[in-house]
Amino acid sequence: MTVLDIKDLSVDFATETGTLQALRKVNLEVPSNRIVGVVGESGCGKSTLINAILGLLADNGSVTSGQILFEGESDLARLDGDGMRALRGQRIATVFQDPMGALNPVLSVGKQMRDIQYRSGRSRKEKDALSIEMLRKVRIPDPERRLAQFPHEFSGGMKQRIAIAMALLMRPSLLIADEPTTALDATLEVAIIELLKDLQKQIGCSVLFISHHLGVIAELCDEMIVMYAGEVVERGSTRDIFHNPRHPYTRKLLACDPARLSRREPRLPTIPGTLPDLRNRPKGCVFQARCELADDVCSKMPPDTVLSASHVARCWHAGETAGAAA
Amino acid sequence: MTAEPLLSVSDLQVRFRIGGMMSALAGRRTEIDAVAGVGFTLERGQTLALVGESGSGKTTLARAVNGLQPVAGGSIRFEGRETRDLTKAEWKPLRRKMSMMFQDPVGSLSPRLSVRSLLAEPFAIHGLSGRSLEAEVERLLALVGLPRDFADRYPHQLSGGQARRVGVARAVALDPVLIVADEPTAGLDVSIQGEVLNLLNDLRDRMGLSMLIITHNLHVVRQIADRMAVMYLGRFVEEGETEAIFQAPHHPYTAALLSANPEPDPDKVHNRIALPAEVPSLLDRPAGCEFHTRCLFAQDVCRTQAPAPSVAGSSRLTCHFPLNAGLSAAQTIAAS
Repeated sequence: MTVLDIKDLSVDFATETGTLQALRKVNLEVPSNRIVGVVGESGCGKSTLINAILGLLADNGSVTSGQILFEGESDLARLDGDGMRALRGQRIATVFQDPMGALNPVLSVGKQMRDIQYRSGRSRKEKDALSIEMLRKVRIPDPERRLAQFPHEFSGGMKQRIAIAMALLMRPSLLIADEPTTALDATLEVAIIELLKDLQKQIGCSVLFISHHLGVIAELCDEMIVMYAGEVVERGSTRDIFHNPRHPYTRKLLACDPARLSRREPRLPTIPGTLPDLRNRPKGCVFQARCELADDVCSKMPPDTVLSASHVARCWHAGETAGAAA
Repeated sequence: MTAEPLLSVSDLQVRFRIGGMMSALAGRRTEIDAVAGVGFTLERGQTLALVGESGSGKTTLARAVNGLQPVAGGSIRFEGRETRDLTKAEWKPLRRKMSMMFQDPVGSLSPRLSVRSLLAEPFAIHGLSGRSLEAEVERLLALVGLPRDFADRYPHQLSGGQARRVGVARAVALDPVLIVADEPTAGLDVSIQGEVLNLLNDLRDRMGLSMLIITHNLHVVRQIADRMAVMYLGRFVEEGETEAIFQAPHHPYTAALLSANPEPDPDKVHNRIALPAEVPSLLDRPAGCEFHTRCLFAQDVCRTQAPAPSVAGSSRLTCHFPLNAGLSAAQTIAAS
């Protein structure tokens, strides 16, 4: 079953200087029990995508086409405020980058965890018992005592684990994790990845994991999408993308990661050029201005070239670029 | 060129007061040693990276070197001159030679100044407005690879990478000999990160700069630093040549940090060295080796006796049981 199925989603923002096309024909599937990574650089539309799913687009933003099917029934792009509120926090939970900002500094952790269970109909005792169980799952030592403490009494890594515990408290079917490890040290980052992997299996939810850290995506995700300037330029299994990238942008992005270099290089690879102006998108392929393979055909909108059952790239040259064709 | 290293730091201590009178009355400690006896030298043209987890004292050490942080003990010699007790007026000419790049690329630029004013500011501060400022601004923009018309932009009109370039331009404006850069690539996309590192490497080669770089991105360290120092609770636990440390870390903490680096390969099998427990509080430093509470290899002696500094290969370290010099960390684990 597919937990989240996004079809041809486009999102525009009305700005003083014209219409900004933030997302254009985004296709994305999150199957149940899977971790799907979203990777892309600043300005690629990762945050807009999340906000569209959560119904939290700014007032000047609107979904101009497409649908966001959640659990095969509700179209989140058209759901009203009440409908969204019933899903958020219950069926769709989120963890954000800044753990301190996610917790209320003046309420104890226990109180905040009870509040999340507002709709559960449980007694206070039952709620606390569940909170303790969840805190134990995220490996907070001595959770009974910790429940009465306030966010400032926890370290950064613990706060993020608490945020994860709170997100998973209602056993959502979809967890959206937006750069949850970016603010943490590498040692804590690794611990959070391991934890998310474990919890995902235990709870049986799906995870949409947004990150610009390729190493984290490689380690955690089953499938992934690569975004550039508001488009999904490539999607497939994590193995497909890392071992056989077919979109020129994906290749360049992977090549830029210094983690792939096992010795000191005199010059690090970069991607020359800049993002296109989203108010004035180029006709045809969005990456053509920075692409070495671009030719006449690229001035027409490229198709989503299907390379294998799971692997799709939005490029005219996707089928021909790799020497080792699948 | 003299035999004296550009920067020579010995037994440096930086202390912070915490809590107030109430803590003192209650008999609690009111001081922490954020930097507790650090020593190193930096040669001309060399780059040293400081790595370690949050709170290990990296930024405090860099600020002390730059005279932004009062020092409680030890010595800092810059070009052979002790800087510890210099007055503000005495510091000012030194600051021309030693510039700082702060962590947040946009936040470290005043939002109300145009790029032109931001780049001209160092000249004004050091009384160099006699030079043709417009020409200097153009020179600096060209140096960091920004178009000339960027002089009229304000920080909010810059992307993170562009703001970082302006930060670099400001840092090199007065031809310094040392740049202290606090997380120069944090928060930047990987492609932009490469550009900034290439730029810093270029400038170093062209201007013969020395750099002291703080980062917790170990991949960055490998690409830019000749030497690296690993900090834990305000002390160096291992310091040596970057490539040698990457090949064979000697201190278990270094090995754990290196193994905690997620790599962009889904089929990579990780031999991680777990770091159990939390970082201890500076108020309550563990006895013996301060790393023993999180060390997989800790023995009885580590809990009672602080290890003396030792040398292994090109590294200086403090550990009773350094990891085998010939083996990588993963092999050591497999063998144990």
